[in-house]
Amino acid sequence: MIIVDTITKSYGDKVAVDSLSFTVHPGVITGFLGPNGAGKSTTMRVIMGLDSPTSGHATVNGKSLADHRAPLHEVGALLEAKAIHPGRSAYDHLSALAATNGIPDRRVREVLDIVGLSSVAKKRAGAFSLGMGQRLGIAGALLGDPDTIILDEPVNGLDPEGIVWIRNLLKDLADQGRTVFVSSHLISEMGLMAEHLIVVGRGKLIADTSVDELRHMAVDDSVEVDTPDPPGLTRVLLGDGVAIDTTDRPHVLRVTGLPAATIGDRAFAAGIPLHSLIPREASLEEAFMRLTHDAVEYQPVAA
Amino acid sequence: MATVIAEPAIGRHARALDPVTNVNERLGRTSLGVTFPRVIRSEWVKLRSLQSNWVTMLSAAVVMIGVGALSAAFLSDTIAGGGDGFADTTDPTTTSLSGMMLAQIIVGIVGVLTITSEFANGMLRTTFAAVPKRLPVLWAKVVVVAGVTFAVMLPTMFATFFIGQVIIGGDLNASLSDDGVLRAVIGSAGYLTAIALLGLGLGSILRQAAGAIGTIFALLLIVPGLLGLVLPASIGDDTLKYLPSNAGQAVTWIGPTDGLLSPAAGSLVVLGWVAAFLGVAAVLLKRRDA
Repeated sequence: MIIVDTITKSYGDKVAVDSLSFTVHPGVITGFLGPNGAGKSTTMRVIMGLDSPTSGHATVNGKSLADHRAPLHEVGALLEAKAIHPGRSAYDHLSALAATNGIPDRRVREVLDIVGLSSVAKKRAGAFSLGMGQRLGIAGALLGDPDTIILDEPVNGLDPEGIVWIRNLLKDLADQGRTVFVSSHLISEMGLMAEHLIVVGRGKLIADTSVDELRHMAVDDSVEVDTPDPPGLTRVLLGDGVAIDTTDRPHVLRVTGLPAATIGDRAFAAGIPLHSLIPREASLEEAFMRLTHDAVEYQPVAA
Repeated sequence: MATVIAEPAIGRHARALDPVTNVNERLGRTSLGVTFPRVIRSEWVKLRSLQSNWVTMLSAAVVMIGVGALSAAFLSDTIAGGGDGFADTTDPTTTSLSGMMLAQIIVGIVGVLTITSEFANGMLRTTFAAVPKRLPVLWAKVVVVAGVTFAVMLPTMFATFFIGQVIIGGDLNASLSDDGVLRAVIGSAGYLTAIALLGLGLGSILRQAAGAIGTIFALLLIVPGLLGLVLPASIGDDTLKYLPSNAGQAVTWIGPTDGLLSPAAGSLVVLGWVAAFLGVAAVLLKRRDA
């Protein structure tokens, strides 16, 4: 369990995180979503005790990290890919990390096995690809068998197979009752991975919601209708709460306020042919864009 | 060497998470925890596992022995050529240890890189996530850097001394039982250890290698000479001896000791410099964002 309690972090007069509060619960994967520069990494560093907040505080499993006897057993974090000396082997890197908390070396071999790096464990990490660096970072996060796992953009640099793998891995960890907190700027990725979402923009909380709720918000109730007789169709559809817009295609109308079935029935009754009738797809991307629209740091300026 | 290793497939272990569940019991929750000896062990693994550390440390040893042997040969030639009282003012022990000038920079760099490399690649954040109280990491680095430097440099100093004395030969060479010789030989290993720690402190304060190495170089090699030129003798005579390099010479040097502190005072002053740099490093490491 992670509790972020009204954290503010400013660098000079630039506010990176602005009175942010949320709770990350165990047992589900919680996505931490926001455009680049929204303050996700800063928040994660504050949770990990690496940056001290200007005000507010964060706890992991009830205490701030420094107050835990075995921090690696409480929380495992991957904050940046390839945060490792290029001259050191993966095994020695993890072994040094494990030693601090008294974790035995056999656990190092175990996590190397879990992430599939055993065969290159003795090679210099400088020769690792970004994806292998990510996997080594994940191995480090799993090292202490932690109750809470924090990963900053773990999908970066992974190949498709690796992405499926990490999705399954995090799912398993959450199913075991662990708290899993994963940041991303890609809503599509989070839609596949997370159950719950913390959405931030410009350092502020925008939404604290389940992925299903967000998907619901995204449902756009308009229907695109292709007909050879747009004026005729308009006449039979117009009514209270119904909006009909033309589109850039001359025969296609966008109808809002009526379900596709009703549109089809009325057109049939009036003898107006329809060539297509397409309810618009619910899109997480659009919901996300709508949510973060006002919060995006650098809006393109109209000329 | 930018060879890239072929990416190993995430094989059948991809979902082998049972170990994670079971390990809870097998790791034994009660035995887990951060202790100072464990952090020292971690820092030892880090230092030992980088080939560059050993290459650098060994090059300092080679420089000590090589420069010492060359200087000794030069001294021996001068004496053989009837060198006009040259030998009277040139001590055979100091001659054999004349590689110090260069070796101190090399061990200083080892100290600097011990921490700046972690700032550079983000490893320090990983380390601090494991040891959130932070200061045990600095003190463990102090123990490991000091231990390794002294362990390599002490035998190096004895080897340098003996090889030098064999080369100088004859009646002029020094013996370990001569006045101050043992102090100079052991003190030289101690001085280099102190400089490695000075590098560690500076690297930790400045957080990047180039600045820290430049500062070491300036502090040890340029500042003493520069201040000697700039300061009036009345002030310089009283202050210059407190610079780390000059205070170190009080310990490592045999010969004319004008303007130098006593060996005991020199040791204390060098330790004072180390303590000051590490003290500032500790405060900043604790306070700054990692």
